[in-house]
Amino acid sequence: MQESVLMLGNAAIARGAYEAGVKVASAYPGTPSTEISECLVQYAQDLYCEWAPNEKVAAEVAIGANLAGVRAMACMKHVGFNVAADPAYTVSYMGVNGGLLFVVADDPGLYSSQNEQDTRMVARAAKLPVLEPADSREAKEYTKMAFELSVAYDRPFVLRTTTRLAHSQSFVALEPRVVPEDRPYSRNPAKNVMMPGNAKGRHAAVEERMRELAAAADTMPINTVEWGDTKIGVITAGIPYLYVKEALPEASVLKLGMVHPLPKGLISEFASKVEKLYIVEELDPLIEEQVRSWGISCIGKEAFTLLGEYSANMLREALLGEKTQAKPAEGAPNRPPILCPGCPHRSTYEVLRKLKIHAAGDIGCYTLGAVAPLGVVDTTVCMGSGISSLHGMEKAKGRDYIKDWVAVIGDSTFLHTGINSLLNMVYNQSTGTVLILDNSTTGMTGHQDHAATGKTLQGKTVPAVDLVELLKGMGVPWVRVVDVFDHPALSGAVKEAQDFEGVSVIIAQSPCVLLSKVKRPFYRFLPDKCKKCKACLGPGCPAITVGEDGVITSDETLCSGCGLCFGLCKFGAIELAG
Amino acid sequence: MNTKNIIIVGVGGQGTLLTSRILGGLAQGAGYDVKLSEVHGMAQRGGSVVTFVRYGDKVDEPIVEEGHADVIIAFERLEAMRYAHFLKKDGILIVNDYRIDPMPVVIGAAKYPEDILGTLSQQYRVYAADATSLAKEMGNPRVFNLIVLGLASRYMDFSQEEWEDVIRKTVPRSAVDINLKAFRAGKSI
Repeated sequence: MQESVLMLGNAAIARGAYEAGVKVASAYPGTPSTEISECLVQYAQDLYCEWAPNEKVAAEVAIGANLAGVRAMACMKHVGFNVAADPAYTVSYMGVNGGLLFVVADDPGLYSSQNEQDTRMVARAAKLPVLEPADSREAKEYTKMAFELSVAYDRPFVLRTTTRLAHSQSFVALEPRVVPEDRPYSRNPAKNVMMPGNAKGRHAAVEERMRELAAAADTMPINTVEWGDTKIGVITAGIPYLYVKEALPEASVLKLGMVHPLPKGLISEFASKVEKLYIVEELDPLIEEQVRSWGISCIGKEAFTLLGEYSANMLREALLGEKTQAKPAEGAPNRPPILCPGCPHRSTYEVLRKLKIHAAGDIGCYTLGAVAPLGVVDTTVCMGSGISSLHGMEKAKGRDYIKDWVAVIGDSTFLHTGINSLLNMVYNQSTGTVLILDNSTTGMTGHQDHAATGKTLQGKTVPAVDLVELLKGMGVPWVRVVDVFDHPALSGAVKEAQDFEGVSVIIAQSPCVLLSKVKRPFYRFLPDKCKKCKACLGPGCPAITVGEDGVITSDETLCSGCGLCFGLCKFGAIELAG
Repeated sequence: MNTKNIIIVGVGGQGTLLTSRILGGLAQGAGYDVKLSEVHGMAQRGGSVVTFVRYGDKVDEPIVEEGHADVIIAFERLEAMRYAHFLKKDGILIVNDYRIDPMPVVIGAAKYPEDILGTLSQQYRVYAADATSLAKEMGNPRVFNLIVLGLASRYMDFSQEEWEDVIRKTVPRSAVDINLKAFRAGKSI
C-alpha cells in the first residue's frame, strides 16, 4: 500500500517535482510560495535547488537547465512572476527541451501581498498553459503531469496555486521518483535564439501548439464532469471547486484541471445539458469571458465578487439565498500585523520618526513602518521601488525637496532589484539617502538566506557578498555602517548623510530578533518611578501595555530585551531583569 | 462520521500552527480524512491568526465557515471574541483567559473590550483558564498552548493515550516532557 502523508500544498508540489524527476529548481522566497523550495531541500541528494536573487534569475536558471535536457522549475509568488515576465513571455516562443514549469502562487484575500493580481491572466497573455490543483493530492499529481504535457506539447507550463491551497494540508500518497532520460541538446537557433526572424516563425508554432492543446483539453482526464442535478451546472477549478462541493453537493460540476487553454467542446456540451450555468472562479473572470465569447450564456461576476477569497457560505448566499445568521461581535478592535518586540526596524524607525523623516519604503517586514505609531513609511510599490522613486522625486523637484526623505530597503530586497535602482542613482548623479536595513536574512517570508548571508538554500557556507565593497564598486561616494540600536550614531549618520551632496548609503545593521538563539534578559517597569510621560510607548512595542489604571508594564513573555524602551526612559523607571 | 470543525485562533507567534498539527495528527491517527488550513507570512507578525482543522469520513473545503465550528480554541480573549460567531449553536469555546493589547489599543485609538468572557458566556458554552500564568508557574511560559489543548481535550472524543501519542510525535524531542506535563495540567483544570 502507498504511504499517505498529511502535507501542505507547497510540500506536495515539492514532492511532485521530486517524483517527476526534476533535476534543477530555482526560486526567490515569496509568500505563499516559499515552502516549496524549503521542502525541496530534503531531496537535495537527488536534485539541485537554490535561492536566486530574484524571480527573473530563477526563471532563467530553470530555462537553462531545461535547455540542457533536464526537467526544471522556478517557483515564485504572483508579483514575482511580473519580475520573471521578460523571460517567461519569450521562452513561451522557444518551447522546451527537458521540460519547464513555473509554479506561481496567487494571494486572493491579500494575506501577504501588495496586490491581488490573477496569474491566469498573465499566463494567458504569455500564451502559457495553466494547471490549477484544488488540494495537496492534486498539487502533487498536476506538478508531475505538467512536465509530461510540457514535453509532449513543447510548452513551458504554469502551475497556479493560491494561498489557501499552498497553506492547506491534506493527504498525499507517496510514490517513487522516476527520472526520465536526459534529452539530448542539439543546436537549433531557429527555436532557441529569439531574434525577430526566428521569433516570427516561433509565434506561429506557439499558436499551433496552443490549438492542439485546446483540442486535447476536451478529453483530458483532469477536466472532468461530475453529473448531479442538472438544474444547476457549475464550471469551476482549484480551491473554489471545494467550496462548490460543500455548498452545492447535488449540483452538476465541470471541474477544470487545466484553466488555460479551455476545453471548448466539453464546456459547450456541459452547458447544453444544464438549466442554469454558473462560473465560480476567484479573482478575474478568465473562464467566464471565454465561455461568453463562444455565445454560451452563463452567470459569473454579476453574482460573485472580483475581490478576495470565496467560501461555501458566500456561494450558499449567492446561489441559494441562504444567508448565514452568524454575525461578528461588534466592538472588537482590529489586530493588524506589527513589527515583533525587539525588531531592529522599530529602532531604526524610532530614530527616523524623531528626525521627522519620510521614507520611500519597499517590500518586507519594514513596510510595517507605515502604520501608527511609527508612521515613517510614506509609499511602497514593489521590490526595489523605494530607491528609484526617491530618485524620481529628486529629478522632479530637486534635492531640497527630498531633504527630509530617505529610501529604506531590506538586505534581501536590495540584492533582489534595489541594486539596479541604486546604480541608477549613482549613474544619474542623484542626491539622496538610502538606508539598507540589514537584518541578515529575508525576514517576512520566514528567514531565507541570500547572497549576503553566506549560506545557501542547502545550508552550505559560501563567501558572503560584502555590501560595503559592493557599494564602493558601484561608485557610491558616501557609505556608513551603523548599529541600529546605537541611536546617537544612527541619528548622526542620517543627519550627515542628508548634508552630503550625492548618493549616501547607510547600512543599518542588526540581525532579525527572531534569529537570535541566545536567551536575552527582559526589562521590568517600576511604577513608583514612572512619570507616565509615555516616551516608552512612542515606538509602539507590543510588549509594553498600559493597564486600566494607567500603569505601564511590560510583558516578560513578549519582551526580547532589546533595550529600546530602556534608552527612552529619562526617569529610571525601567530596569533590566531576568 | 459527519465532518468535525475545529478552529484555533490567537495572536501571530502564539503557536497556533503547532496546535493545529497536533489536532491534524490526532484525526489522522483515528483514520479520518483531514484538512488543515494555516496562515503564514505577514499575518504571523503579531496579527490576528486563524487556523482551521476539519476531519471526518470525507472532507471537501479546508476552511471552517461562519456558524459551523464545533470547537474554537482561543489563545487570547479578544481573538475569542473576534471569531466566536464561527461557532455552531451548541459549539464549545475554549479560551486562554489572557490579554494581549493590539496596536490600536496600545496607542489609545481603541479600547480593549470589557468582560469579554461574561458576554460570550451568555451565547456560547465557554470554558476558560489562565493558561499563561499556569505555564509561567511551570517554568516555561511558551507551553501555555498545550495547557489550553489539555482543557479542550475534555470536550473532544479522543483518548488520553491518543493525545499523548500525537504530542510526543509532534513537538521537538527535547520539549516532550514539559509539553506532556502542560497538557496533563490543562486536562485536570
